[in-house]
Amino acid sequence: MNEMATVTTAKDWASDQEVRWCPGCGDYAVLKAVQRTMPDLGVARENTVFISGIGCSSRFPYYMASYGFHTIHGRAPAIATGVKLANPALDVWIITGDGDALSIGGNHTMHVLRRNLDCQILLFNNEIYGLTKGQYSPTSRLGTRSPSTPFGSVDRPVTPCMFALGSGARFIARGIDVHKNLVDVLKAAHAHKGASFVEIFQNCIVYNDEVFSSFTEKQAAAGKQLWLQAGEKMLFDGGTKGLALDVDKLALKMVDGDDPSVIVHNPKNRGIAAMLIEMRQDEGFPVALGVIYEDPRPTFESAVVEQNRKAAEGKTPDLQKLIAKGQTWQVEKEPHKI
Amino acid sequence: MATAEHLVTKEEAAARSEPEAVVVRFAGDSGDGMQLTGGQFTLSTALAGNDLATFPDFPAEIRAPQGTTFGVSAFQINFGSASIDTAGDQPDVLIAMNPAALKVNANELREGGLIIADEGEFTARNLSKAGYEQNPLEDGSLNKWQVIHFNISQLTLDAVKPYGLGNKEALRCKNMWTLGLALWMFDRDRQPIVDWLKTKFAKAPELAEANIAALNAGHAYGETVEMGAPGIVQREIGPAPAEPGLYRTVTGAEALALGLVAGCQLAGLGMFFGSYPITPASPLLHHLARLKEFGITTFQAEDEIAAVAAAIGASYAGQLGITSSSGPGIALKTEAIGLAVMTELPLVVVNSQRGGPSTGLPTKTEQSDLYQAVYGRNADTPVAVLAARSPSDAFDCAIEACRIATRYMTPVILLTDGYIANAAEPWRVPNMSGYEPFPVSYYDTPPAEGEGVMPYARNADLARPWIRPGTPGLEHRIGGIEKQPGTGNIDYRPEIHQEMTEIRAAKVLGIANSIPDQQVCLGNDSGKLAVVGWGSTFGPIHQAVGRARNRGLDVSHIHIRHIWPMPKNLGDMLRAFDKILVPEMNMGQLKTLLRDQYLVDAKPLSKVAGQPFRIAEIEDAIEEMMG
Repeated sequence: MNEMATVTTAKDWASDQEVRWCPGCGDYAVLKAVQRTMPDLGVARENTVFISGIGCSSRFPYYMASYGFHTIHGRAPAIATGVKLANPALDVWIITGDGDALSIGGNHTMHVLRRNLDCQILLFNNEIYGLTKGQYSPTSRLGTRSPSTPFGSVDRPVTPCMFALGSGARFIARGIDVHKNLVDVLKAAHAHKGASFVEIFQNCIVYNDEVFSSFTEKQAAAGKQLWLQAGEKMLFDGGTKGLALDVDKLALKMVDGDDPSVIVHNPKNRGIAAMLIEMRQDEGFPVALGVIYEDPRPTFESAVVEQNRKAAEGKTPDLQKLIAKGQTWQVEKEPHKI
Repeated sequence: MATAEHLVTKEEAAARSEPEAVVVRFAGDSGDGMQLTGGQFTLSTALAGNDLATFPDFPAEIRAPQGTTFGVSAFQINFGSASIDTAGDQPDVLIAMNPAALKVNANELREGGLIIADEGEFTARNLSKAGYEQNPLEDGSLNKWQVIHFNISQLTLDAVKPYGLGNKEALRCKNMWTLGLALWMFDRDRQPIVDWLKTKFAKAPELAEANIAALNAGHAYGETVEMGAPGIVQREIGPAPAEPGLYRTVTGAEALALGLVAGCQLAGLGMFFGSYPITPASPLLHHLARLKEFGITTFQAEDEIAAVAAAIGASYAGQLGITSSSGPGIALKTEAIGLAVMTELPLVVVNSQRGGPSTGLPTKTEQSDLYQAVYGRNADTPVAVLAARSPSDAFDCAIEACRIATRYMTPVILLTDGYIANAAEPWRVPNMSGYEPFPVSYYDTPPAEGEGVMPYARNADLARPWIRPGTPGLEHRIGGIEKQPGTGNIDYRPEIHQEMTEIRAAKVLGIANSIPDQQVCLGNDSGKLAVVGWGSTFGPIHQAVGRARNRGLDVSHIHIRHIWPMPKNLGDMLRAFDKILVPEMNMGQLKTLLRDQYLVDAKPLSKVAGQPFRIAEIEDAIEEMMG
């Protein structure tokens, strides 16, 4: 859509507002990654809108030197839908968290995905409620102790990417706040026309520190992170291990890296995408990262615009005619008796 | 287009001995097509030059079990040779298509009024379903009324026999037979209905023919039985005086849709209409969804919150965001309306009020959301509030709502109700060139080098600039957090919150500078009693005050359109009366507001029956107040 790439630097995308997250918060890294990504996208600041709900991550728009709208809890996708329908030329980013997107705003997340509004949804998942001081969230693991669950949570968490897949999302990716690959994930999300769902594992240093360390720690990274690349074999642990399909069980299995049965990543394969999302670390599987699923289809706003255009075709908007429609009668100026 | 060739002047009308008006109620099973019958009768009555008002009254159930009292659907029309403001206190004529319809409606009929019943439906089974132990058509229990009954079902079957319809389909033509009879009774032209049936059943000509045959048979029946049935006599209701011009009938929902279109056109804006289906507000969405050529995007959202949130998003992006619902839905939208107040974005919120609380009475009317509109948000969160008084008034109110929203960068709540939404009245089609456009301009001047963007700068109206995303050099961030004046940067300091709260309040109060002074709509500017109303109680109050004045009582009628802020002269006006009576279809909400704002001793007259006031009820209250 952008005919000419706009030249900017990462610094151009930083607003003059002081960033107010806790020292060491993963949000800083995501902010930097986004600011570093924007120049590579060749987009203009005036055409970019960051829209957020409520939560720590939702302060994000204040720190971007684009247009920004910090809205209310859970409703960013609905506001974004209005923005994009009113002006489809705008480049819309939704910044949300696990509580914002999957608890209070779960309904809107589901519908923005199924409608396939062209936007990027960055879900900062830290498995905790940070802004309200540490209660468990819909992605917190079973047994999470928090101020509201002093004896441990008893309800099972939702898997964000499975939620997205079930809602009809056509682009699903994962990244890690401090990982260098996040920029590539963001670029891929932006390149996708439609709702791009990106789950970012984000460390809350105060209320849920190191909750992802089992696969984000440097020592564990190689063996626990599977960075997917379209058309490439699903290899991890320095290429020594790979994923293959256990045909009998219709499930993924781990094999040696040089095993000929290692499968090649086809992002359009929805079934495999589900298996990749569902891989369990406690069974020795790595965490699937990068673009897990991508299969574009027409966007919501393009369909609305097209239908509006077609419905208006050949009609002249004449208000005076419109209000005089239907069965009318004229009362004459010169009155006469019956 | 028809021409009314029977126009009378006001003088001629006044010279007539007694202006005549008749109230007819059609009542039947919800599947009997009573709303359709009423709608078509309304059209032919309007074409005959009568003034009229209607009251569709239908059950919440789409198809309640046949023959039950809770499945009764009714349509009342009041038409006459004088100005008509209400659907009428008591029907003069009741057309009852089954025992349940008779049971539910008979007691409202004026003593001596006429009941026409379809005896074909008065079977033992239907009588028992309606709770009758004996057949009321035979046991003398209806003696205070004139009753005529014949087998409309059989007569309809006979009339449509040549068209080879199944029994069920043939019986569906009953309503047209009944309409034919009603048209004969009041000497109405059948042709517009014949034309309408031909269009409606263009794809099934045999259905069109059968319905026309039923219509003609009902009409002919009226003529033939004239001799034998004293109840059926043709009555001529002369035309009402009317201003010259082009007329049509309009329901509140239609007028509201047209007014919103007009408002956006006058503002020069595209319309974004976000809504979630709810009774009785949905017709507005249906009407607007068909008008894409006027730059309208309609969005059926996943819920009420998304509907208003998307509208706010659209306003942020430069269109006029509009959302619509009824009380329970407005409750859900409340937090988002607060966001629009805080971010100072234009937004029109239409509330088609219904009986509550909670799900309440979805299809029945009430005006009990005034507190919700004026006070119903967390914190000090002022919005403008308007209320329409009638279907045609909804057109002008919608335009006014768009004007205020865009000029003052504020949410506006427009109150209407289930009665206005569904009721129809003749409407003189306005000439749009008589409306002053209020074109919106977006702010697009980037700040000078070294200076910041000022999204919360203020003009003389205290409104902030409307800066659309996409405007180069004006990138800025807004949100629900308290902010500095001018820059809009987050700022929680005590003095900042004090200042911003006061500015938001002053801006909305300042709307009073651009609204007309309050007028007395009937009677003197001072006196013994002011009857003060708002919304759809206009009709019965106006009639009641008129009648009281005809009896020499010193009473005036004040009708308030601008609920918040109120016209600047309203306080002085109210204080010029000894007493104030406020009839409302709620427990006294405007009464509270008037007491609060002006320290006047406003007395309530409450009705929460899901039905509009009767004129007589207000007349009685006036009598009592006058002592």
